[in-house]
Amino acid sequence: MLMKLNGRWYDVGDDTTMPLLWVLRDKFGLMGTKYACDSATCGACTVTIDGKSELACQKTIAELTGEVQTIEGIGASEELHPVQQAWIDEQVPDCGYCQSGQIMAAVALLAETPSPSDAQINDAMRGNLCRCGTYPRIRAAIKRAAKLLRSGT
Amino acid sequence: MKAVDIARRTFLLGATAIAGGLAVGYFVTKPARNPLEQELKPDEVAFAPYVKIGHGNEITIIVPRTEMGQGVHTTLAAYVAEELDVSLEQIKVEGGPVDSAYYNTAVLEELVPFIDFDQGMLAGAARTLKAPTGKLLGIQITAGSTSARDGFERMRYAGAVLRAMLVAAAADEWNADARTFITENGTVIDPTSDYSATYGQLSKRAAKQNVPSNISLKPQSQWKILGKSQPRVDFTEKVTGTAIYGTDWNLPEMLYGAVRLGPGTESLPTRVDEAAAMNVPGVVKIVPIYLPHGTGYGVIATGQYAAFKGAEALAAEWEVPVDPADSTKMNAELKKKLKEPADFVLREEGNTALILADAPRSEIVEAQYSVPFLAHACMEPINAAARLNSGFVEVWTASQAPTILRSLVATHAGVEPENVLIHTTFCGGSFGRRLDSDFALVALEMAKHTEGKPINVVWSRSEDMAHEICRPPAVANMQARIKRRQLPDAVEIEVASPSVLESFMKRSYPDWFWAGSDQMLTAGAHDQPYAIENYRVAAHKCDLAPPVGFWRSNGASFNTFFQECFLDEVAHAGRIDALGMRLRLLAHHPSAIKMLQKVSDMSGWGRDLPDGKGLGLAQTFSFGTWVALVVEVTSKEDQIKIDKVWCAADVGQVMDPRIVESQISSGIVFGFSAAISQEITYKDGAIQERDFDQYEMLRMDQCPDIEIELIDADRPMGGAGEAGTPPAIPALVNAVFSATGKRVRDLPLSRHFKFI
Ligand code: FES
Ligand code: FES
Repeated sequence: MLMKLNGRWYDVGDDTTMPLLWVLRDKFGLMGTKYACDSATCGACTVTIDGKSELACQKTIAELTGEVQTIEGIGASEELHPVQQAWIDEQVPDCGYCQSGQIMAAVALLAETPSPSDAQINDAMRGNLCRCGTYPRIRAAIKRAAKLLRSGT
Repeated sequence: MKAVDIARRTFLLGATAIAGGLAVGYFVTKPARNPLEQELKPDEVAFAPYVKIGHGNEITIIVPRTEMGQGVHTTLAAYVAEELDVSLEQIKVEGGPVDSAYYNTAVLEELVPFIDFDQGMLAGAARTLKAPTGKLLGIQITAGSTSARDGFERMRYAGAVLRAMLVAAAADEWNADARTFITENGTVIDPTSDYSATYGQLSKRAAKQNVPSNISLKPQSQWKILGKSQPRVDFTEKVTGTAIYGTDWNLPEMLYGAVRLGPGTESLPTRVDEAAAMNVPGVVKIVPIYLPHGTGYGVIATGQYAAFKGAEALAAEWEVPVDPADSTKMNAELKKKLKEPADFVLREEGNTALILADAPRSEIVEAQYSVPFLAHACMEPINAAARLNSGFVEVWTASQAPTILRSLVATHAGVEPENVLIHTTFCGGSFGRRLDSDFALVALEMAKHTEGKPINVVWSRSEDMAHEICRPPAVANMQARIKRRQLPDAVEIEVASPSVLESFMKRSYPDWFWAGSDQMLTAGAHDQPYAIENYRVAAHKCDLAPPVGFWRSNGASFNTFFQECFLDEVAHAGRIDALGMRLRLLAHHPSAIKMLQKVSDMSGWGRDLPDGKGLGLAQTFSFGTWVALVVEVTSKEDQIKIDKVWCAADVGQVMDPRIVESQISSGIVFGFSAAISQEITYKDGAIQERDFDQYEMLRMDQCPDIEIELIDADRPMGGAGEAGTPPAIPALVNAVFSATGKRVRDLPLSRHFKFI
């Protein structure tokens, strides 16, 4: 079975019942997408599929319908994605464990809603827990990223 | 700051040439007037490098504290960088090895049963007495918000000494007068000759210089880095998904593990059927686990997912404990304990009992408060990786107490501590959870069955929650006397709760005798600087079946709730303003007055509020830091929304304002989560809440705007990581009272209200 991940096609073998989260972590060694709960309640495993935010722990390979993007796929230290840049500018992370998921949820939000209101941010982000409580800075970073994206930087 | 005689400060610095560069560190020697000095063994003089410089001018700063999100890598590296005259962009930060030379004295100061605001003789003497004990135990700890305080002098000296040696090396090389040299950006410059050399070029020669015996630190006015917000050193990794947490460890040949432990810590398995688990593709082996922390099985597999699936499929049963932990019963036990004589009293002023007995009933305010068990619920489930190979153990994990962890691992592996190597990883939160070492011991037990291959053992969320080592529950009886429109003249607080210290020492050092007063039990109450004529804070130590542990701000997390909500009740009963009352009770503490006035201005305290809106205030002094909070809420048809938080904090000298603010803000959100919805309950010996949907934390849509102002004060810095949590809880509960007229005395608030 083939899957498109971060811009390239991969053969993931025959076991299509494995959740995407574990395909990423166990098979590809892509450790940026995190495991944190057993109940689809935390968002630490958020990736985008065809640009929409999805929980990687809830999707099996068989259910995949589009291209998967993970935190590793959107930017790297030499070439940060505007959302990652905004996250650094606002100094968002604390322990950082939830932040891959937060960033991917924000990427999906901004792709659909370039200038989100506070209510739209709440809606899009309420599935992503942060035990360190970085929410106020996440909100500020989303607004900053929106500006960066609009100005095309 | 004046020059400090290093010898008197008990520090001696040294340097050695290492492969490819220079390392500078310091020796811990005997403190000058230390009553315990005869007991120090020769091997307690340890060499512990803080800085490495490569010949290519690669500068690495060793930070011997665990980065849990509190910015400790950035702050401690900044201390060295400031004195060394290098920028944070120029350096690399490493976690460093586990070594008792990196002991943390500040954390032991917190454990001394004295009142922290009292900088007077008695408390000071007690602290100095206690400090060497910390050194003898050789405990390297990241806790109690002490890391930034503890490293403040030591790490700056490391930088200053290294700088002096590099300058001396340049003077040698150029045969010039070092006094005119300047240092900047990792370079020594002689302005008269225009010579310059990088630290890297000078490092070899510098290693041969004598270690200066008298060194002065930069005065604060010359600081370039400290006192200003610095970019965090680990954020590029954290936003690109490349920071390696414990759960992410991959080593060649690595195996993966998951656990299934029984309820409670003592019940043994009665039946197990491994067939279904062994049928899961990838599962290699199922091994027994018998530890003081619990018994059950470990599943070893070729991948993490297979290990989880195997553990889920394992059919196992455990015996029911004789007297299983049960929340309702334990609550009754706590209440019963309050009727017995107190175990210790850490605050006793005047004659509270007499005043309260003599006062007319109309002047007495009394109430009973209670809080439940609480879990840490870190985003990253607990985990550790281990390898056991020919008598040598390696552990990869994040620990708040790596030296304790190492000694426990050594004991359980049957090897000497020197044969245990701990590698520190990033961790996804800890909040006290990783002061315990159970996760490392489980990894070790499983590594005994992998023929020398490393194994990474990650607990599923439900196993992590089921074996939480919780913040204990507590019940308090409160009494006060207040005459109308006067100040309360008697306050009595009786707290019943298990001793965390005792529970921790018993499971960590089962052979040690441990007894005495655990000041954490009434911290947040007995140590508050309120001037109340008759004031008594008594502790009733109540053993309960489940193990209890450290949790962000420990005793202050409940005692501040008890005291600050009760004072609100007292003010209400006496018809006086809650802020005005505190201003008068704290009149002898200028820092408190300044802080309260600031938070009053920020929040517009006393303004008219429309129906359904309420303001709540609370303040506390904990971990050397003053924090006051005003919370505004709106109540509509029994639904509460937190609108806004204003916070004024005095942490003493501020090293990195943004880190301090983010830590306080984080602590506030943590407190709100506890106040609103969190509760762990035990039934039949087992924790009932096993996932985030049963143990909710604040989410984005519930999180208010938090405005924080720091008051920079000229006194030793306090902690920032915990100080936000204690006052956040009562400030919110007081706001709910102000908006609804309903006084909640048992947390969480979700028993009475829905939060939106
Ligand atoms: S791990 Fe997927 S939602 Fe928590
Ligand atoms: S930064 Fe720690 S959980 Fe979000």
